[in-house]
Amino acid sequence: MGRTLLDLLRYNRQFAAGAVLLLVVIGFACLSFFSPYAPNDAYVTAPDLPPDWTYPMGTTSRGQDLFWLLSFAIRNTLLFGLAVALFSRLLALLIGLVAGYSGGLVDRALMSLNDTFIVIPLFPILVLFYFVMRDRMSWGLLALMMACLGWAYDARLIRSVAMSLRHREFTETAIFSGMSTRQILVEEHLPYVLPIVFSTTMNNINWSIGLEVTLSVLGFTDINTPTIGVLIYWANQHTALVSGIWWWIFFPVLLVVMTFIGLFLLAVSMNEYIDPRSRLGRRAP
Amino acid sequence: MTGPVLAVAGLRAYYRTSAFGVRREVRAVDDVSLSVEPNEIYGLAGESSSGKTTLIKTIANAFQPPLQVLAGSVVFDFAGKRFDIHSLAARELAAIRWKHLSYIMQGSMNVLNPVRRVRQSFIDFAFRHIGGPLPEFLDLARKHLQRLHLEPQILDAYPHQLSGGMRQRVTIALATVCQPQFIIADEPTTALDVVVQKGVLAMIHEVQRALGSSILFVTHDMAVHANLSDRLGIMYAGRLVEEGRTADLFRNPRHPYTAHLIASLPQLGDSAPKQGLAGAPPNLADPPEGCRFHPRCPRASDICRREVPFLQGASGHRVACFHATAESVA
Amino acid sequence: MSAPLLEVDAVSRVYSRGSLLSRRSFAAVDGVSFRLESSRAEIFTVVGESGSGKTTLARMILGMVLPSAGAIRFKGRDLSTIHGRRARLEFMQKVQPVFQNPFEAFNPMKRVDRYLFATARRMTGLTDASAIAGATDGALGSVGLSLAEVRGRFPHELSGGQLQRVAIARALLCNPALLVADEPVSMIDASLRASIVNLLRDLRDRLAVSIIYITHDLATAYFISDRLLIMRRGQAVETGEARAVLDRPQHPYSQLLKASVLPPDVPSEPGARLKSEPMIRHGASHA
Repeated sequence: MGRTLLDLLRYNRQFAAGAVLLLVVIGFACLSFFSPYAPNDAYVTAPDLPPDWTYPMGTTSRGQDLFWLLSFAIRNTLLFGLAVALFSRLLALLIGLVAGYSGGLVDRALMSLNDTFIVIPLFPILVLFYFVMRDRMSWGLLALMMACLGWAYDARLIRSVAMSLRHREFTETAIFSGMSTRQILVEEHLPYVLPIVFSTTMNNINWSIGLEVTLSVLGFTDINTPTIGVLIYWANQHTALVSGIWWWIFFPVLLVVMTFIGLFLLAVSMNEYIDPRSRLGRRAP
Repeated sequence: MTGPVLAVAGLRAYYRTSAFGVRREVRAVDDVSLSVEPNEIYGLAGESSSGKTTLIKTIANAFQPPLQVLAGSVVFDFAGKRFDIHSLAARELAAIRWKHLSYIMQGSMNVLNPVRRVRQSFIDFAFRHIGGPLPEFLDLARKHLQRLHLEPQILDAYPHQLSGGMRQRVTIALATVCQPQFIIADEPTTALDVVVQKGVLAMIHEVQRALGSSILFVTHDMAVHANLSDRLGIMYAGRLVEEGRTADLFRNPRHPYTAHLIASLPQLGDSAPKQGLAGAPPNLADPPEGCRFHPRCPRASDICRREVPFLQGASGHRVACFHATAESVA
Repeated sequence: MSAPLLEVDAVSRVYSRGSLLSRRSFAAVDGVSFRLESSRAEIFTVVGESGSGKTTLARMILGMVLPSAGAIRFKGRDLSTIHGRRARLEFMQKVQPVFQNPFEAFNPMKRVDRYLFATARRMTGLTDASAIAGATDGALGSVGLSLAEVRGRFPHELSGGQLQRVAIARALLCNPALLVADEPVSMIDASLRASIVNLLRDLRDRLAVSIIYITHDLATAYFISDRLLIMRRGQAVETGEARAVLDRPQHPYSQLLKASVLPPDVPSEPGARLKSEPMIRHGASHA
């Protein structure tokens, strides 16, 4: 797989572009470890200063250096997106593989559950969640909540692949070779399913970040931890655009757009990796 | 005195792929020359990776990259007019297709539109060549079906309402309604049951005799060739290794591969064991030097490993082998 | 008197389609019976066209599908009583399949020796790596290959004939009593077919393995079979000694089958055997 990724990097321009964008964003997020300020410090600099050499991204109305603040924000946002994606992939894989392989009643039951989760309206539920949790709201809890709401589409995708794999003859050969169900699912079927999981992970990260930004901008999350959405929320609270403090909105949005495009390009260019035959072609003698 | 309907000369067609910096060249058709006379069934035999499918795609000019024609020519002669099929513009190609050159495919559902009635397929393929008012065209189609012992009501049916054998007969009727001079048939009966297959082959035979068309009939089934083809060409690893009248080939196969193929055919009523051929067909991305059959050939010698034997022979029975059996005295 | 190796007793398999209000059912297999004795190994061929039910019958014998009616007994034990992993493993150790398409029978993304080693490890209880390699080499040797040729290879690196042999070797690793081969040579090139067919006969003679051989090709069936069963639309049409049935078929369908086979030699008059038969007019009846 490593070789394939390297090949993709060398020959597929979309993949290379997406990788570069993401690396820039991740690099910037890593800078947060060298920040001279703690994330929630306020009024440590002169407020409302436009970008210049001392403050590359300017300062906010609350007297914070936007450069370092943004590095925290994008780090938290990325971690959040990653956490949601990881949790929801695990759920989707588990439910999709088991439903697809077992068939019958187990499949019917799991898919009824799945369809219920697909039709649940996410946004109202998350808002309700905020109102119920209020002060006890934490990012971990929100991530868990979103993961529990975000696995349904992909579970169906994985299930249909698992179903078709179940009926292929090599599954029968594996059964008659004495392999256990767990071994078959993990060793025979997973390689077919993983590329799809990768691709949907990118989409999932985009989705969860988008939702987080939406919720935060409206104030329905913990507004004391800096994330991109929270940053924009505070900017709105201080009527940044009206006051002409454009950099407070511009840089967070720029960074999140870069993240989205990078992830999207990666997801789209992975298509070549998804088709198992393209990987086989490379192994030819 | 007319010349051959189809003349293929020195045709070379390779698949050239370049993925992730790795270049591969699969030499699917290598220096193939053959000709098909008017009013004859020319059978093309060969196993998997013999190149026969690539050959007919190239002959019909129905191919796309990564398949490329590197050398050679394919010339059709329809009623005195000659067409070099690779140099025709799309419009000229469309004018020839179906009217002079038609196809019978392996899967009937690759031809018949599953969501339209059968008559729509007739209209789609043949109406623009025959022209005239539509009711007259449909009348002609019905008469054509009747001549082929098919019920004219079939035109009103949907493909899924017909059985597999019936659909294949409809495909044959469709391919012959414009009375083309040349028909390419690619494994038309391979997927059919034995009982149905015999009926469909009978239909092909009758249609050919009635229309006087030439058919290039491709199949790996030697028993079908024995009973249907007038002349037979054997392909191995992208090259034509033997060619001649079917009766001559079966009675006196000169190439060791042909000899083995024919000797290993199981026969109902014969319980003698057959010999298997060791080895496997070569990988066409990296074929052996010289004669491509030499790794498996019982007669292989030094010259076979170095040089490529060319197709030669008199009285219409050609063979490409340095150790070919002598021609039988007539 | 030991129990017969395999007893198929008036077995049927019915599939129904439709909804609560309108259900249509059709019988893929309808009341088929035969038995194989334990005393001597034999090749029992099931001949049929598509839709005859032969593949469904094979799947029932392998325990992959349960019959709707009747029973299948292997060495006296009814297959529908096999529950749980251990019983199933015991059964699979004695009855193994060979599938039609060797390239489908192996996962194209995995090496083929993996299945050989897994069979050796789980079905015969060998744990030592060198013992497993030895057993695998032995099984491959009995099909004319060796572990050195096959180790580390992916399916697309082998030819159809070689891959099918590997599949047969895998099936032989646990010393089964019965092989169920579903059209094992129909997807193999003609020049490689004869060696696989000869191999199956050799297995019966040398290793005393009984084989249920499923095919639509009468000519190969003539050569290889001891006994024969002809199926049509799920029903058994004719059965008996293979050569006897094929030399002198009694049932009209068997006679039709035999008459439709094209002999592989050139008739005196081209197309002589292909004269149109007016009875094949209404294609719809030839489902």
